[in-house]
Amino acid sequence: MKDGKRSRMMLRLQRGICYLVLSLLVFLCLFFFYVMVINATRSHANIQKGFSFIPGKSFVNNLKHVLGNKNLPVLSGIGNSFLVSSCSAALTTYFSAMTAYAIHAYEFKLKKVAFLFIMMVMMIPQQVTTLGFISLLGKMKLMDSLIPLIVPSIAAPVVFYFMKSYMESSLPLELMDAARIDGSGEYHTFNRIVLPIMKPAMAVQAIFAFVNSWNNYFVPALVIKSANKKTLPILIAQLRSADFLKFDMGQVYMLVAIAIVPVIIVYLFLSKFIIRGVAVGAVKG
Amino acid sequence: MPDPIKKNARKKNVSYAKWGYIFLLPFFITYIIFSFIPLVTTIYNSFFENYMSGLKQIGPNFIGLDNYKAILGSDLLKFTQNTLILWIIGFVPQIIISLLLAVWFTSTRLRLKYTGFFKTIIYMPNLIMAASFAMLFFALFSDSGPINNLLISMGILGKPFRFLASIWGTRGLVGFMNFMMWFGNTTILLMAAIMGVDTALFEAAEIDGAKSLQVFTKITIPTIKPILVYVLITSMIGGIQMFDVPQILTNGRGTPDRTSMTLIMFLNNHLFSKNYGMGGALSVLLFIITAILSLLVFKSITTKSDKDGR
Repeated sequence: MKDGKRSRMMLRLQRGICYLVLSLLVFLCLFFFYVMVINATRSHANIQKGFSFIPGKSFVNNLKHVLGNKNLPVLSGIGNSFLVSSCSAALTTYFSAMTAYAIHAYEFKLKKVAFLFIMMVMMIPQQVTTLGFISLLGKMKLMDSLIPLIVPSIAAPVVFYFMKSYMESSLPLELMDAARIDGSGEYHTFNRIVLPIMKPAMAVQAIFAFVNSWNNYFVPALVIKSANKKTLPILIAQLRSADFLKFDMGQVYMLVAIAIVPVIIVYLFLSKFIIRGVAVGAVKG
Repeated sequence: MPDPIKKNARKKNVSYAKWGYIFLLPFFITYIIFSFIPLVTTIYNSFFENYMSGLKQIGPNFIGLDNYKAILGSDLLKFTQNTLILWIIGFVPQIIISLLLAVWFTSTRLRLKYTGFFKTIIYMPNLIMAASFAMLFFALFSDSGPINNLLISMGILGKPFRFLASIWGTRGLVGFMNFMMWFGNTTILLMAAIMGVDTALFEAAEIDGAKSLQVFTKITIPTIKPILVYVLITSMIGGIQMFDVPQILTNGRGTPDRTSMTLIMFLNNHLFSKNYGMGGALSVLLFIITAILSLLVFKSITTKSDKDGR
């Protein structure tokens, strides 16, 4: 009897510790973003006065100033980032599904070689090929253009691998045979029958691809030169290298918030899918 | 589209092979143009002297392995060390906390509530733009920024602590940001691994009266070891690529005194100044290191599969 009581007490204590640590981590994850949001609503003078947990009244002002800033093309930055990210997401998911379908559904001589090749190049970091990439763009007259930020996303080995794993569990090959008997052409089958089945996997991968591209800084910073083609991360870096003390802090926080908040909002709506996506990747990896 | 049904019906299966190649074409064309050729030219460039001296273009002249000698004789060792230190500062707390949380979340004894909420929040920083996250930290931890204000008003500090002027302040911030961005991700990976373990194993241990620590060290750790190795090595590969956070936080200078300058920041400097010879040599060295690490990942995955009998 006594033993049972003691172990129940222990359990309650352990749970208490767990919740305490978890709450601390949640606080840590939210605190900095909370300060960011608060400071984005405060005027420069107000921010200089000191720390505050309460929002200010300069939200609209800060937004107006940062969007109208002559040195920072923020509006076109948002537009460029959005264009590049959504195109990349669309290309990555569509063509990765197609590549995975080729390996999953067909038998051909070079199948094993092709699969091994994609698996081998999966881990090569983009940075080590960037030098050649930049000099190639120079020769192709594609420097300072958004195209080289979009088109290469057709070939995404990691997304391919995810799609292929998903097909193995949810795309029975009998379906293809049935489609053939019905007289459906191969390309038609892929678009009309395979893609709808792949929707859940494609949605998750589209989100990841969009976010990756939205956050991408290394390559765009080397490719883009003209102000009206810059994406948000480049503008953030530009803000960092500007003379910080002369800067309106309200605008700084506002720009950072503009770069971060859209992703957070989308994430909060879709977090269940996203986290499941991460976990599925883990089991397969 | 002309319908090739008739031909297909006659030959069956065999004639579909070409569609495998057709569907692979976009991937391979794109990959070869934008990744494979660049990789080859990067390697090729590493054997040539090729840089701008003022407005004058020097080279390209073939110089064999001189770029490699030069890059190994530069501050490469220092930057490698920096990268390693920054990675460790982030990784050690990350793996400890992630293991702890993964065990807690999956524990049938603790049966914690709101795990969905906790997972959602701790994964969130992973999706945040690293550049803007670093900019945010730069503003928050600046000499007269909110964190210093808060610490002074709480009486913890007498005068502002200059985080970004101190070596360990800067390194600590970079490591801390990496920790925050990745511990949620690692937690979810480890949870998936633990949930994959046969629950009968845990039940048997409980019936035998094993303590939670014993269960952890004798069952949990050994069975998820392949995933731990996977997490370790992929994190190392990610660590080698560390760039955005220290670049923005220190404005590309790796201040103070280049103690937070990482390998990719070094590469970025060469690419920016168009020193393609040195940049090429550095790229090739990084490529070799990641290739070795990737082989280890491959091995860890395949041994896992062998054990599962797959």
